[in-house]
Amino acid sequence: MDNLSPGYEDVGGAAQPLLMVKNLIKHFALKKDILGKGGGVVRAVDGIDFMVRKGETLGVVGESGCGKSTTARLLMNLITADHGDIIFDGQSVGSRNLTLKEFRRQAQMVFQDSYASLNPRLTVEDSIAFAPQVHGVSKQDSIARARDLLQRVGLDPQRFAERYPHELSGGQRQRVNIARALALQSRLIILDEAVSALDKSVEAQVLNLLLDLKEEFKLTYVFISHDLNVVRYISDRVMVMYLGQVVEIGECESLFNAPRHPYTRALLSSVPSMDPDNRTETPPLAGDPPNPINPPSGCRFHTRCAQAQPVCSQKMPPLVSSIDGQGVACWIHVENSGHTQAVSTTEGVA
Amino acid sequence: MNTPDAPFVDIRDLTVTFTGGKSPVKAVNGVTLAVKRGEVVALIGESGSGKSVTLRSILRLHNPARSKIEGQILINGQDVVQLSNDALSRFRGKVTSMIFQEPLLALDPVYTVGDQIIEAILRHEKISRSEARARALSLFERVRIPSPERRLDAYPHEMSGGMRQRAMISLALASEPQLLLADEPTTALDATVQIQILLLLRELQRELGLSVIFVTHDIGAAVEVADRIAVMYAGRIVEQGTTRTLMRSPRHPYTRALLKSLAHGAAKKGTRLETISGSPPDLTKLPPGCAFAERCALALDSCKQTVPELVWLTPDHSARCLRTEQTATPI
Repeated sequence: MDNLSPGYEDVGGAAQPLLMVKNLIKHFALKKDILGKGGGVVRAVDGIDFMVRKGETLGVVGESGCGKSTTARLLMNLITADHGDIIFDGQSVGSRNLTLKEFRRQAQMVFQDSYASLNPRLTVEDSIAFAPQVHGVSKQDSIARARDLLQRVGLDPQRFAERYPHELSGGQRQRVNIARALALQSRLIILDEAVSALDKSVEAQVLNLLLDLKEEFKLTYVFISHDLNVVRYISDRVMVMYLGQVVEIGECESLFNAPRHPYTRALLSSVPSMDPDNRTETPPLAGDPPNPINPPSGCRFHTRCAQAQPVCSQKMPPLVSSIDGQGVACWIHVENSGHTQAVSTTEGVA
Repeated sequence: MNTPDAPFVDIRDLTVTFTGGKSPVKAVNGVTLAVKRGEVVALIGESGSGKSVTLRSILRLHNPARSKIEGQILINGQDVVQLSNDALSRFRGKVTSMIFQEPLLALDPVYTVGDQIIEAILRHEKISRSEARARALSLFERVRIPSPERRLDAYPHEMSGGMRQRAMISLALASEPQLLLADEPTTALDATVQIQILLLLRELQRELGLSVIFVTHDIGAAVEVADRIAVMYAGRIVEQGTTRTLMRSPRHPYTRALLKSLAHGAAKKGTRLETISGSPPDLTKLPPGCAFAERCALALDSCKQTVPELVWLTPDHSARCLRTEQTATPI
């Protein structure tokens, strides 16, 4: 149907990134207890830069507390950033050219908990039609579009349109959430652990659906997940976060085949092997990720890094990006950084 | 009865029905499972397949007012289903203990972790409190909790997720049980911590010669620790075999579909994942035949008549399927 084709013109052409994030910072202040102790600041997102190209899927991985969900919420402006710019197709979000309401028509989010993110008192079709009505589409048109979208996400509108969320299974509810995200003809969909609560066979159905919809509606995804296998399957590029910072970003296959940051390497080799003859023998890292309240000085990974040297605890390594969008924040990859394994040219490192 | 090669755990035709709701829910429908001494068996399956219910039945954790357990659960020759309440208290923790998915819920928030371990030791043994504390300390060292002396006096909320899970493992091992039940023990943990806990469980199991039943939906975790894997669907074990056999040559159509639906490794980027159409049956109205038949591409009419008998493919590989001759090709 024509009314479901992307409703927004490309502003800057295909070469302009759909989303650019510059020096995004969000710190949460902790309350002091009655004795005046405690307080402190959680550095949830601490100065991250990245971009998302039109039509790609950017995977975001990292452990709990690394700031990946905070980043998602900042992108959608569900919480306000302390600092930083979010530029959507060349226009700053919240500026006169692109108001927040207008931005949210073009960017939508799907959450992990499929039940909590639907209004239990609305039928499925009313939930999907709600946002278009807020944006001025007539009730009749929006319901017709909702039913069409249900069909697209694989739920027969005859059977499902008038059901309530509790009458659906987890996989079906997540399909409804995806349909709702598409109802405004958005261009960017942020998927925050959207398939994590689903059983594996259902997860496969939803991943297939996401791939089909991306093709059909020319969507761009930011796909946040702790499941590295799924991220590898669906992403074009991957961003690895650790304690509120980006430690590595790059093209998916090269990042998985030749990770450059010691943390990325450890994270990837923590995935269970699936091969009974080739089990993991020693854990790649010891201990838990440190608390983001008082992150370590310098490189935040130096407390768990096998290759850490004095320089790593003194100075924070910058995210060195090359032209093709690959980047790594590690002193080993910075010329003359003072780390004995540092190389003379960045090309020399696999 | 207790010959050395008799299985340590021998579950025979176990059924568990929950009777609290409007219509009875048949969560487990005839599970037969044997676990030898020192063997690790993983129960895998999707939500609602009955894997956790089976596991909890072994400690009789279900509310007796709202559930009905039938069949036999023989642990070292003793039928747990028939135990009196006193005998059950002696059995729990001493012969069999359990670790859970969420240690923050399983540990008591108002006592220090050390106190909880000491309490567990004193419940089963007549030793002094200081001896029990020394045992607790050596358990903490064994599960490699850093600065163990200090951590004994910590409350659960003062520990990180991985450390809490280590503390719960030492609590479970406090009275030197012979059987450890693990219900998704690493699911809530981060990737780099999960692998540490899996390897710790494997190491402790070998050193102490424990039998372990490990419930997980994560096939990768099962492969890391299990000698054998049993696959559950709609309250029945549909296939079981050694980990290698099951991963290399699964024979039940459900196992095959489940393994094919995984996005793993460098697998087939950009191509569609294979999926299983439909959804699992309603446990209040199970079909008379194979519960997977509705979703199975190989199903015949006879599959829908009666529940298929166990087919032994090799002495240690069995499947409940009429169509195993159609599934001989590796996936």
